[in-house]
Amino acid sequence: MRPPFRVNPHTKNQLHRMRLFTAWLCCAVLLFAGRFAIGSEQNDLIDSLAEELRDRKTVAQAIDTIVSSSSEKKGEWLEFILEGKLYVRKSDNKVVSVVKSDGGFTLSAASNDEALGEAGKRDVSKIKINNKLRAKLRAALAQLALSNPDPEKRLEAVEQMLSKLDDDKAEAISKLSATESDPDVKEMMVLAGSVHALENGSKEEQLSAIASLGVNTRSIVSQRLQVLSESEDADIAAAAAESLEKIQKRISIFEKVETVLFGLSLGSVLAMAAIGLAITFGVMGVINMAHGEMIMLGAYCTWFLQYMIPGFIEYSLIVAIPLAFTVTFLVGMVIEFLVIRHLYGRPLETLLATFGISLLLQQSVRTLVSPQNVPVSNPSWLTGQIHIDPALSIAVNRLVIFFFCIAVFMVLMWLLRRTFFGLKVRAVSQNRQMARAMGAQSSRIDAMTFGLGAGIAGVAGVALSQLTNVGPNMGQAYIVDSFMVVVFGGVGNLWGTLLAGLSLGVANKFLEPWVGAVVAKILVLVFIILFIQRYPRGLFPQRGRAAGN
Amino acid sequence: MMGTLLRGDRGGQVLLTVLAICAVVMPMCNLMLPVEHPWHVSTYQLNLFGKYLCYALLAMSVDLVWGYMGFLSLGHGAFFGLGGYAMGMYLMRQIGDRGVYGNPELPDFMVFLNWESLPWYWWGFDFFPVALIAVFLVPGLLAFIFGWLAFRSRVNGVYLSIISQAMTYALMLAFFRNEFGFGGNNGLTDFKDILGFPISAQGTRVALFVASAVAVIAGYLLCRSIVQSRAGRVVVAIRDAEDRARFLGYRVESYQLLVLVISAMLAGLAGALYVPQVGIINPGEFSPLNSIEIVIWVAIGGRATLYGAVLGALLVSFSKSWFTAVLPDYWIFALGALFVLSTLLLPAGVAGITRRRVTST
Amino acid sequence: MNALTAKSDASTLLYMEDVTVSFDGFKAINQLNLYIEEGELRCIIGPNGAGKSTMMDIVTGKTRPDKGVVTFGGDIDLLALDEPEIATIGIGRKFQKPTVFEALTVFENLEVAVEGERSPGFNWRYGLSNLQKERIADVAEIIGLSDQLGAPAQILSHGQKQWLEIGMLLVQKPRLLLVDEPVAGMTHQEMDRTGELLVSLAGSHTVVVVEHDMDFVRSLDSRVTVLHQGSVLAEGSMTDIQANTEVKRVYLGE
Repeated sequence: MRPPFRVNPHTKNQLHRMRLFTAWLCCAVLLFAGRFAIGSEQNDLIDSLAEELRDRKTVAQAIDTIVSSSSEKKGEWLEFILEGKLYVRKSDNKVVSVVKSDGGFTLSAASNDEALGEAGKRDVSKIKINNKLRAKLRAALAQLALSNPDPEKRLEAVEQMLSKLDDDKAEAISKLSATESDPDVKEMMVLAGSVHALENGSKEEQLSAIASLGVNTRSIVSQRLQVLSESEDADIAAAAAESLEKIQKRISIFEKVETVLFGLSLGSVLAMAAIGLAITFGVMGVINMAHGEMIMLGAYCTWFLQYMIPGFIEYSLIVAIPLAFTVTFLVGMVIEFLVIRHLYGRPLETLLATFGISLLLQQSVRTLVSPQNVPVSNPSWLTGQIHIDPALSIAVNRLVIFFFCIAVFMVLMWLLRRTFFGLKVRAVSQNRQMARAMGAQSSRIDAMTFGLGAGIAGVAGVALSQLTNVGPNMGQAYIVDSFMVVVFGGVGNLWGTLLAGLSLGVANKFLEPWVGAVVAKILVLVFIILFIQRYPRGLFPQRGRAAGN
Repeated sequence: MMGTLLRGDRGGQVLLTVLAICAVVMPMCNLMLPVEHPWHVSTYQLNLFGKYLCYALLAMSVDLVWGYMGFLSLGHGAFFGLGGYAMGMYLMRQIGDRGVYGNPELPDFMVFLNWESLPWYWWGFDFFPVALIAVFLVPGLLAFIFGWLAFRSRVNGVYLSIISQAMTYALMLAFFRNEFGFGGNNGLTDFKDILGFPISAQGTRVALFVASAVAVIAGYLLCRSIVQSRAGRVVVAIRDAEDRARFLGYRVESYQLLVLVISAMLAGLAGALYVPQVGIINPGEFSPLNSIEIVIWVAIGGRATLYGAVLGALLVSFSKSWFTAVLPDYWIFALGALFVLSTLLLPAGVAGITRRRVTST
Repeated sequence: MNALTAKSDASTLLYMEDVTVSFDGFKAINQLNLYIEEGELRCIIGPNGAGKSTMMDIVTGKTRPDKGVVTFGGDIDLLALDEPEIATIGIGRKFQKPTVFEALTVFENLEVAVEGERSPGFNWRYGLSNLQKERIADVAEIIGLSDQLGAPAQILSHGQKQWLEIGMLLVQKPRLLLVDEPVAGMTHQEMDRTGELLVSLAGSHTVVVVEHDMDFVRSLDSRVTVLHQGSVLAEGSMTDIQANTEVKRVYLGE
């Protein structure tokens, strides 16, 4: 069995996504550099410049031509020249980019990336440049990236340059910042100037840069300040150290905020898994060990929908929610009708029978679908991050799931508190005989209530399909957790369930960095065991004489 | 003595007689009859049956707390597992330098993990008496702590069941960790010998089988001695009306604690006998599913009868073996159906059927 | 002040003073003063929610009051003891809903209740003494269940269960018997016998009866305490109580 607070695969996933993002950024700088030129016919320009490029005397001139051209590939070419990857094939004066392979080069055309096969070292000649040209190239490249018409791309370009600023780039940035219209980009450009000044400026410039950077939490700022704090100049060292301390304090606050947010999202998952159980156990006094399998069925509904209609992934979740609710609601009603109602007043027998049902459901899924996990895709509107500060960003899916949990909770509260159905549910739960005497069909209400609990679990399953692996065993891990949340919050108290879920999530996330995920999980379990033994009625107990009986 | 213990317990009398006969006859059929003989019992069969006897003892320990005391334990696998690990640790130490790494000081998995020295909690497990004490003491201690906390604050019913499941679940997570020092995922295995006898030799197998049968018989008598005493009546009284028993002046928690600790020790013994017969112990024994399977043995056999638990354990285990051999994919279906059907249709278990027949004739 | 000291003399067995307990702000017992004499038979009546059962819960240790003094036999502080301890010093309780041990036989029910050692170790090793067996036989005679000693308690009629529970109280040999609605669900014949039994117990035991059935209370001919909203509303003979205008107002809503 996997540990139930399954966050690791997800974090890994995120990391992966972030890495992709960075890679994409790099490409963006190169590719979009030449975007404002339209024609690909301009790409043949490079071959016409072959002669000039080969000649040391004319190469500078050729580079100028490239820079002033409108080719969409010019950024790439300049980059290649700078990296020494651009060659001219001697046989036909074709400009090629090369990748070194054993004993020779693999060529592709600079103009259109056409693969040109292998070539020997002697078949091509390198376009050679000197340091002066290098500086020029860097400046040109920076200029290119920074003059992208899309402000977001410009922002990315500046961000990208922050870690490898040199005089040329800094100069290009500072020139452009005067005319920059987008405030975010401008701010970033000023920041770049300050970062550059930290390293290369005069004492006054450095001091004023330290002051103007304030408590910026970018790692590059910290790195530079770290260097400066060991500076021989006492003033600078002191200013840098002070600034650094403030920044670190701020970062550590952000880390705590991030942990809380992570905890809240984990907690909302827990709470959502537990709310359905809180209804069946809290309202009906029935423990449903197949509750986890209702979650599993809900997740499989999402998968099924995506599997049947593959082109529909963007909207699949919106359809999956009512689908999962309906399916698990009906399954819940059937279970109630066939099994639970014959076992009222025998909670331990109910526990065993529903455990049997959970085995049957799991094995059915294994047999009918597959014993392996099934892939569930995330719609694009659920991916990505919201950046609040360089040191603080939130994954969109976690945020959505948190609010979704709150929404589900609110709907449920409304259903139980404000509707006639809710009134009947509460009446039956408080006094079965009396409710029956007053005309409530308690057997139908019981079936509906159980169905409701199962349905909420199904909806939770849809949400979980976006966070964890979907497989036949996925529900197992949630039953103990859900039960703990319900008991911790106080049986029969839905608010308690919500708060207990959220606080356990946060507690778990705070413990994790200290002791690791598994031990954190064990500690939380042990804590709840001790807590229940001290306060058997949970955080928010229902008090009074009736509670004792 | 035995007569008084089994007075009025028809099922128990039959069961213990059959067991005693098996314990004598089956080894004889194994050792004395040639392989071709139709009455020959193979060592494999004997070993399998010995394993089931361990399950029977485990089921009995669950029946004691569930049937008589009303505590539906979903965590008895933890006591079984701890007893098993205690025995496994002794068996590990007996390997000495015959492991893959040939390290005389450390078990293979510790060498693999680059551990420098034996952790303190492994000390003493070279000696059988120490291991034997641990077999009873460790599960007993866990039961005592668990019970002391739970019973004192009057946690009962479904709460107690789920907490017991959480207990075994937490232990499973812990034992899966390499740092915990019990072999992590793989557990303890590759045992060589026990008390100086090679563990897979025919004679050892027979001896372990006989030991298991004797343990079941002794465990049965011990449980009977509790349930047919006045204390046993008090325990049943507590099961049916805990508050009432308290107002009669009974310190309910001390009765519950006594029964739970004895039950845990029996489960530990079952685990200790099980491990040398199957040759491995791993954290899977702590999985909640294992614990809940024990409960179904008792439910099928019939609660609060003791012999029903033994019957149920043997019945379900044999059918599991049959199923997994013939229809491997359908065992889980069968198990799930057993849970549902036995609670709905057979609340008194198999023992209930036979008892009803006895009273009606 | 004088009245208080007069009442808390040496013959007071149960002494409750200024006892208050509230559940979620609702005061189930409000500054209750109650004094029960040694050997007395006392009836406690009152409308639903007057605090009768809560009062018993406090005496038997099930509920802890927020404030107040509860002592037993003059010097034992009941608030410092838990349920089993209170039971062992001689307070027995019969519940409103008859709770006998359904799975045990009549004899076993009495066996579990009979006065004697309560520790698990002792009861594991030893059976009943002859004295205890005699007491069980005697009480079985009194409660009219001698012929059904071997029958499981769950097959008894409602009235018989009430009697068995009273029998369990008797073998327990308490100094104070708290009897909550002893005749609920009984036939008139059974009620009469129960009344006789309770009256005969007074003197050698102290008996507190909580009851709704006014005819039954009248037949006991004892001192009556009326509880209302958690405090004593009136106390005296049944005739006095019936003449009391306050009581009439509470009961009849006049």
